Amino acid sequence: MTDVRSDHGPSPTDEFLKGLWKENPVFVQVLGMCPVLAVSNTAENALAMGLATMFVLVLSNAVVSMIRSFIPRQVRIATYILVIATFVTVVDYVIQAISLDLHKALGAFISLIVVNCLILGRAEAFASKHGVGRSILDGLGMGIGFVVALLCLGGVRELFGSGSLFGVRVFPDQFQDWVVMILPSGGFFTLAAWLLLFNYLKQRRARPGPAVEVTS
Amino acid sequence: MNSDPLWSIFINASLINNFVLAYFLGICPFLGVSGKMETASRMGGAVTFVMLVTAVCAFGIQQLLLLIDAPYLKLISFIAVIASTVQLVEMFIKKMSPTLFRALGIFLPLITTNCAILGLALFQTNKGYGFLQCVVYALGAGAGFTLALVLMAGLREKLALAATPDVVKGTVLTLVLAGFLSVAFMGFAGLGS
Repeated sequence: MTDVRSDHGPSPTDEFLKGLWKENPVFVQVLGMCPVLAVSNTAENALAMGLATMFVLVLSNAVVSMIRSFIPRQVRIATYILVIATFVTVVDYVIQAISLDLHKALGAFISLIVVNCLILGRAEAFASKHGVGRSILDGLGMGIGFVVALLCLGGVRELFGSGSLFGVRVFPDQFQDWVVMILPSGGFFTLAAWLLLFNYLKQRRARPGPAVEVTS
Repeated sequence: MNSDPLWSIFINASLINNFVLAYFLGICPFLGVSGKMETASRMGGAVTFVMLVTAVCAFGIQQLLLLIDAPYLKLISFIAVIASTVQLVEMFIKKMSPTLFRALGIFLPLITTNCAILGLALFQTNKGYGFLQCVVYALGAGAGFTLALVLMAGLREKLALAATPDVVKGTVLTLVLAGFLSVAFMGFAGLGS
């Protein structure tokens, strides 16, 4: 097993920080869109979903990195998925034990963490090539980046859609709720607005560079 | 047991609760493969087929798990079935039509991680559908997915000719389009129950 120090490349701190901004999973890599759009209708749901995903991401990264030298190349994806599915089952039962209401609100999307491309993507692109320590750091960074992105979306959607934040009323009663924001279409529009902001900032920094084409 | 009539299940899965535009399932291929009309419709076909096979298998697995009383194995066995079905479809397409195989590229193996398919398997067990209902549900979901993909591809083919600012090119514009499509599909909400 390789130790953290014997890995080459960027320092462990960079490994952790890159997930927050430079390679933010949602805003830059556009990965794991389904849960991002589906459960970000309130800030609370978004936070819970983000934390659940982060838990699975960190643990699956650690396990994949531990067993990476024993897995034959042909069946690696299937192995990763089984590892992820195991942790997701754990999370599913834990959330059910903590709060039944939350479990009901998130619905099938907890189980659907299994097919979050972000987790499989990190297992394939990072954990299968790096040591345990680095993989955990990478998982933490990416996980926190994911939570922040979900909160950005959930916060905006709840603020305009129901005039509140984390269930606390923010706007005065005269404020007419924008119902469209908590409906599915609001998710698409809010994410588009955030991506637009990111593209604009990136383009301003790299002027006169070409537009940043993000494909998923 | 659920007693919804078959036609209402089909309409519900394809239009009212469209998997892509109302449930946000399968967004990755929706954004990724919707550039061209032809690949979009073929991708829709492949996904529908995998959905159909998965629905049948998931129904059998659910009965078996109920029999041996091991509900916690549900997720793991579903995903294993989906992964092997996709492998099968991949080999089949590679043999029958190498051109299509190349056109779909990386998105073919990625059907495994298409949430629409795992979502379908989970929803049908949650709703307690019978065998025939499961098959119709899968067909409806597949039809809805294909419809969303083809509509999107049509819009994007037209939009490719329009002059748009550099900042919005790519994902941003696609997401805004998806938002409008989703608003349009809300109009179906009055149909059925």
